[in-house]
Amino acid sequence: MCLAIPGRIVEIVDEESQLARVEVAGVRRNVNIGLLDRNSIRVGDFVLIHVGFALSRVDEVEALATLRLLEELGEMQAETAREITEQTK
Amino acid sequence: MKYIDEFRDPEKAQILIREINQLVAQIEACRKLPLQIMEVCGGHTHAIFRYGLKQMLPSGLEFVHGPGCPVCVLPMGRMDDCIALAESPGVILATFGDAMRVPGSHKNLLQAKAEGADIRMVYSPLDALKLAQDNPDREVVFFGLGFETTMPSTAMTLLTARRVGIRNFSLFCNHITIIPTIRAILDSPDLQLDGFLGPGHVSLVIGTEPYEFIARHYLKPIVISGFEPLDLLQSLWMLLRQLAEGRAEVENQYARVVSMSGNKAAVAAVNEVFELREFFEWRGLGSIDHSGVRIRDEFSEFDAEKKFHVPNLQIADPKECQCGEVLKGVIKPQQCRVFGAACTPQTPMGALMVSSEGACAAYYNFGRIDISAHPVVADSERGTAV
Repeated sequence: MCLAIPGRIVEIVDEESQLARVEVAGVRRNVNIGLLDRNSIRVGDFVLIHVGFALSRVDEVEALATLRLLEELGEMQAETAREITEQTK
Repeated sequence: MKYIDEFRDPEKAQILIREINQLVAQIEACRKLPLQIMEVCGGHTHAIFRYGLKQMLPSGLEFVHGPGCPVCVLPMGRMDDCIALAESPGVILATFGDAMRVPGSHKNLLQAKAEGADIRMVYSPLDALKLAQDNPDREVVFFGLGFETTMPSTAMTLLTARRVGIRNFSLFCNHITIIPTIRAILDSPDLQLDGFLGPGHVSLVIGTEPYEFIARHYLKPIVISGFEPLDLLQSLWMLLRQLAEGRAEVENQYARVVSMSGNKAAVAAVNEVFELREFFEWRGLGSIDHSGVRIRDEFSEFDAEKKFHVPNLQIADPKECQCGEVLKGVIKPQQCRVFGAACTPQTPMGALMVSSEGACAAYYNFGRIDISAHPVVADSERGTAV
């Protein structure tokens, strides 16, 4: 029920009725952006959509930070594995 | 799709699973397993099963499926009220598709539609408002369901209806709120939980602050989680680290959309239109204080419960149905006496089998349960089972 999906704003359709055209996996549809701070979003931004409303902007910096953390975790695991192999030689 | 595919990377999932295995082993050295983690949100339950995460995780980790599926916790009486509204003369009932097959005491919305009621499935409450504009000689009632995630969109729709002056539109309000229910769960003597995975999309509206009492007063850790497999695994890893280090904090894994203060415009819209009910009845959990909202008096012209006669009867669940026990985590879905036999996603008896987010539907569709290996309930305990 609380399903929400990310989509990219391709056009601000109507400032007054707060509608933007948003693309999700190649499909475009109008989404209400009245719950977002209008000054903080622009065309090209990703927003999270739930039942026809954009509820939040997707923060690219935070998304990349999450993924980078996982990469670093992987590197640390590889490092530990290498050390263990060397010690047992 | 951006922000989806990269959070389903199987290699990164393996990295997290290695960390999780290590942490569970470390915790096992100090205390008895299993660890019981409640995923509050039905969307998380669905994702955990759909992506087979449960099978990838150590057996010392147990998921307790929380009450975060609004369709599942709606009592049967409210469903009957909704059907009565749909069958009122001149009414078009607009609803999300999720609610169509939820059983009432005599029928569901799909059957009411087949019998002639004008019921339309919509994707957004704004589509319901458009129906009202397109059908000025009819009364359109929108069946409003959902937690804090969905409330702002319903509130915005009522605000729009008032601004534009649409008079033939009203809301049958069944919105519920998650925080009092988490508190009720924490106060329940039946459940011994070690920590929570917090609902990501509720939190993007309300922020992370409202969960502080869980850490401060109940000393349980909670991690607000996204919905992709890597989100859930990373959240579990964060939760286990808290448990291993003896910390109880509110942490936010889903920082790409959830902020500490939430979406203030959304909260403001909700507060303008709705106020807390003294209590709301939850299926399986009973009445919980301040756990539902109603429409404020200023908006009473849009309140379907004031505009129409609603029977408002309390209806007990069918005897053989054990949704309540599953919802409370007392039994697993496959231990219910009607699971997979009289109750399936095609012919659900209980709401937990209807919604894709219901624990029973998740177990039925993705649980890889060997029924022969789980002698369900002893015959003597079956009572009136079918």
